[in-house]
Amino acid sequence: MITPKPAHLQPRYDVVVVGGGPAGLAAAVGARESGAERVLVIDREPEAGGILQQCIHPGFGLHHFGEELTGPEYAQRAIEQTIERDVDVLSSAYVLDVAADRRLKVTSRDHGIAILDAGAVVLAMGARERTRAAIRIPGERPAGVMTAGFAQKLVNLGGLLPGRRAVILGSGDIGLIMARRLVLEGVEVEGVYELMPHANGLNRNIVQCLHDYDIPLHLSTTVVHIDGRERVERVTVAPVDDSFRPNMAQARDIPCDTLLVSIGLIPDNELAHRLGLRLDPVTTGPVVTSTMETTRDGVFACGNVVHIHDLVDYVSEESTLAGRGAGAYATGTPSVPDNVRLTPGENVRYCVPPTITTDREHTVYMRVTKPMAPCTLHLGDVYKRPLRYVFPGEMVTLKVRPRFLEGFHGGSLPVSIVPREEGGSA
Amino acid sequence: MSEVHRDDTHVSHYLCIGCPLGCRLEVEEEDGEIVEIRGQSCKRGEVFARQEHTDPRRVVTTTVAVDGGRWPRLPVKTAGDVPKGAVVDVCRLLHGLRLEAPVAIGQLIAADALGTGVDVVASRDLPRK
Ligand SMILES: Cc1cc2nc3c(=O)[nH]c(=O)nc-3n(C[C@H](O)[C@H](O)[C@H](O)COP(=O)(O)OP(=O)(O)OC[C@H]3O[C@@H](n4cnc5c(N)ncnc54)[C@H](O)[C@@H]3O)c2cc1C
Ligand code: SF4
Repeated sequence: MITPKPAHLQPRYDVVVVGGGPAGLAAAVGARESGAERVLVIDREPEAGGILQQCIHPGFGLHHFGEELTGPEYAQRAIEQTIERDVDVLSSAYVLDVAADRRLKVTSRDHGIAILDAGAVVLAMGARERTRAAIRIPGERPAGVMTAGFAQKLVNLGGLLPGRRAVILGSGDIGLIMARRLVLEGVEVEGVYELMPHANGLNRNIVQCLHDYDIPLHLSTTVVHIDGRERVERVTVAPVDDSFRPNMAQARDIPCDTLLVSIGLIPDNELAHRLGLRLDPVTTGPVVTSTMETTRDGVFACGNVVHIHDLVDYVSEESTLAGRGAGAYATGTPSVPDNVRLTPGENVRYCVPPTITTDREHTVYMRVTKPMAPCTLHLGDVYKRPLRYVFPGEMVTLKVRPRFLEGFHGGSLPVSIVPREEGGSA
Repeated sequence: MSEVHRDDTHVSHYLCIGCPLGCRLEVEEEDGEIVEIRGQSCKRGEVFARQEHTDPRRVVTTTVAVDGGRWPRLPVKTAGDVPKGAVVDVCRLLHGLRLEAPVAIGQLIAADALGTGVDVVASRDLPRK
């Protein structure tokens, strides 16, 4: 049985990690590996593990652990790794504020309000779900409208059902996973409605969550109205045209008591705002260096707080790096300043990290704007690689090795992904 | 999805889940034998279509009620895949159970679920409250 060491709070830590999801847990391990002695992870939930604890489906860990795990199994392994390395975990504790001098204000069940000082801080607060307010669905404000992730928590951790007959808006993976989950719990799922002309989730989830249970997926269709006094009584859906305007002549009422919205995640950056960190307008997360340090000295960030990941495996990888950076900072090892800027070119929305060094290997994560297959990834004119395909929903990773950059002494390198003729050379 | 043709061949359609390209696969059958698999862009699609057509299988994940635990539910999974047609019944079987915390990860929750030969095990430790 895993029993994390209860944290007897100390006034000072080498590294304090805010958020105990896979990002925060991996960062804590990284910090210990790079020499930090006292490392504390703080999470507002009663236990560490983050969103993984409610993701009971398989699909995690193929890259990182070499086998397919469920979310709770992945979380448990990540927690065990922190226990082995004597990391303190303080749960049911909320970080209210992080100041520029790395003084944290924490409120917790066990310790009331506490002030902690940290040699380095890692921000790993994850993401929030976009809500109905983000897309302004008109109508009343009855109970029964909730995000898919909240419904997932109700069902999988609380054993509660959100309703009896549900409509799902948005075809992202959380919505698809919840469609199946609700059906298996005896809730009727009338259908999934997607504004875009294509589904957002993995094909695996389209097949195994929708087709398996004959749940229809309506593309280019959206919810235009919600009705009900206390509780949702019906929603109105309508097809949209090319510019996403609903065609009200073809609107249709669906009686239901629940509307789940699954329309994407956004980095949770309340603390980043308070710290005055520079944020990237594309990712909406903090701008980081190649050691995942933000624009404030000694404040690092990783996981969904920096950019939305689809694979937890990459979260762990990136966060170990952030933790190592934080540990090195706290123990006085200076980092090598970045000397190469990666600028997003054709079909590249962003690169994380946006800057790297020429002296060691870096993993660069990027997202594309549109699907392309087959195609070639170009790193300036120093390196290129053929890719079978790219999709906006699947992060592209590139290992940049020092030998690619031999003879390149710093400056800007555009990163682009361009179409390739089938059969032609890259 | 499937359709019967006049000449007694039978075509079933599948969406390949092997990668985001999502090839639309067709399996053509004659007298109960697969005669052709079409639509795949790589070998994986063919393997997938054959498996989905002849013996579709799924890993089942759901939760079981627990008394006295940190959460009122324990996530569980089948230790291997079971025939697709058994998924709903395996869930029904598990919904009838009620456990007592603590539970350890990997702990056997139901042996040989519904005679599938596959065990159901706990996906995490669940300590007492
Ligand atoms: C429904 C769903 C399905 C998914 N499916 C898959 C899949 O099949 N395969 C896969 O690889 N990945 C999947 N993912 C993605 C993966 O789970 C995430 O990328 C990963 O969990 C992100 O980790 P994180 O640590 O950044 O964030 P989180 O897991 O969200 O953890 C953040 C933690 O920070 C805590 N926190 C936030 N603010 C504070 C504060 N101020 N004080 C204290 N604590 C705070 C939160 O309580 C939370 O525990 C899925 C995600 C979801 C939501
Ligand atoms: S057939 Fe091959 S290329 Fe096509 S979706 Fe399946 S795995 Fe991808």
